[in-house]
Amino acid sequence: MDPITFFALAVPLILVAGLVVLHPNPVYSALFLVLTLFLLAVYYLFLEAHMVAVLQIIVYAGAVMVLFLFVIMLLNLQTDPQPPLRRGLSRVALGGGAVLIIELCVLLGRVPSEATAELPEGFGTVAALSERLFTDFLIPFEVTSVLLLVAVVGAVVLAQRQA
Amino acid sequence: MLDFIVSFTLTLLVLLMVINLGGLLLWVERKGSAVLQDRIGANRAAIFGKLPFNLGFINTLVADPIKLITKEDFIPPGADRLLHTLAPILALLPILITFLVIPFGDVLIIGGRTIPLQAASLNVGLLYILAMVSLGVYGVVLGGWASNNRWALLGGIRGSAQMISYEIAMGLSLIGVVLSFGTLDLQDIARAQGELWGGIIPAWGIFLQPVAFFIFLTAGIAESKRNPFDLPEAESELISGYFTEYSGMKQATFMLVDFVEVVVVAALVSTLFFGGWQVPFLGREGFQFPGGVSLGLPSLLVSLLQVGAFTLKVVFFCWLQIMIRWTLPRFRYDQLIHLGWKILLPVALVNVMATALVILLVQ
Repeated sequence: MDPITFFALAVPLILVAGLVVLHPNPVYSALFLVLTLFLLAVYYLFLEAHMVAVLQIIVYAGAVMVLFLFVIMLLNLQTDPQPPLRRGLSRVALGGGAVLIIELCVLLGRVPSEATAELPEGFGTVAALSERLFTDFLIPFEVTSVLLLVAVVGAVVLAQRQA
Repeated sequence: MLDFIVSFTLTLLVLLMVINLGGLLLWVERKGSAVLQDRIGANRAAIFGKLPFNLGFINTLVADPIKLITKEDFIPPGADRLLHTLAPILALLPILITFLVIPFGDVLIIGGRTIPLQAASLNVGLLYILAMVSLGVYGVVLGGWASNNRWALLGGIRGSAQMISYEIAMGLSLIGVVLSFGTLDLQDIARAQGELWGGIIPAWGIFLQPVAFFIFLTAGIAESKRNPFDLPEAESELISGYFTEYSGMKQATFMLVDFVEVVVVAALVSTLFFGGWQVPFLGREGFQFPGGVSLGLPSLLVSLLQVGAFTLKVVFFCWLQIMIRWTLPRFRYDQLIHLGWKILLPVALVNVMATALVILLVQ
């Protein structure tokens, strides 16, 4: 990815991600989050990871965020006139953010400064990704699916109790 | 440069085809519903009515858009102005670009150049379609919410719940298809259906995946929010559902989205289950009938026949959807959710398991 493409994507991405937190209207916040996820998918496209890009849109932009919006609309949250932030909560948030930034810096330091390796044949295609998923990452993959199943069963149980 | 011109032309061609077919369907629906219900229908605009042959459809085709364009663009007080305007665009855009991965012919050979008749060839074709379909929800949800109207909000909520529910059945029915053909690329799927079983029966998807076909068609009609699944806009309950507060071209855009969705579902059904652009017994060189009879055809004619066959299939399935819309009564909302989650979903799951088992045993 050349620098122009990188910054043309990175600057709007960070702006939009900032608006998710800063916008006073929760519906707009959710929509900016959709836009963030969408721009991330475009990023994956430029990194030759087509399958990941499409999955990002299906799972996050298409399914998870619709449910987010759904809940926000049903709760009918209006633009808040700046609710008083609780001191303790904002301190925890600041601390968590600081830890995240330090972590990011450490990880970035480990990245080799120049990626020279050529992409293998068929990189990012469905076949290549599935092969890795079902050989090297089989156990994490299956564990994740079991986790999702547990969540589904839990949701059904909770809904049954209400009814 | 020439490559760019070719792909630009292809993209433009596909988009224009879809929009025009969508617009045409507006008239087909008005006149078709009249035919189905034994009425005359859509006969008010009659400028050319005195001609010896009936050109009435041109009047309706021209009169409808003029009426819609000249209407006042109304935004209700208390509505979210930005999102109210954005919603129809967000509804139209994803469904329009869905069509880019659908192949409408094999290849066109002109002057030694081989042009694939598909606007964008993607390795993840089918998943791309699912992604775009899932993005289509936003237009409905935002249109319902931004209108500041309780009927519109109810319509938007119904619409999103319905679309999320039927997306699952749709995706699972597609897994059966993908298992049978072993690829996600729609062009490869269409090519694979050119083979013949026993030299006679074309290897169309409908023979491989009959259950998936019915689930996909049902889920597709539900995704396009048309009768019998038109609860998001149920006129008798919600006025006009999520686009109650829309007028003029914005309302026309929502209507166009409906019809473009019909076209996309028809194109997908023909590509996945009815051979796409394949004509039975027609190969690259010409017809090869069983029994050794063959008929050589020039390459250009073969390409034209394929595009023609695809168009015919799409038009047929559009008409089938319009017939279904004007034949069946509307579901109740609990029936709709029941059908999606307790009938289509388990059947689709069983279909996936059975397909996988058969493939495992055959190999």
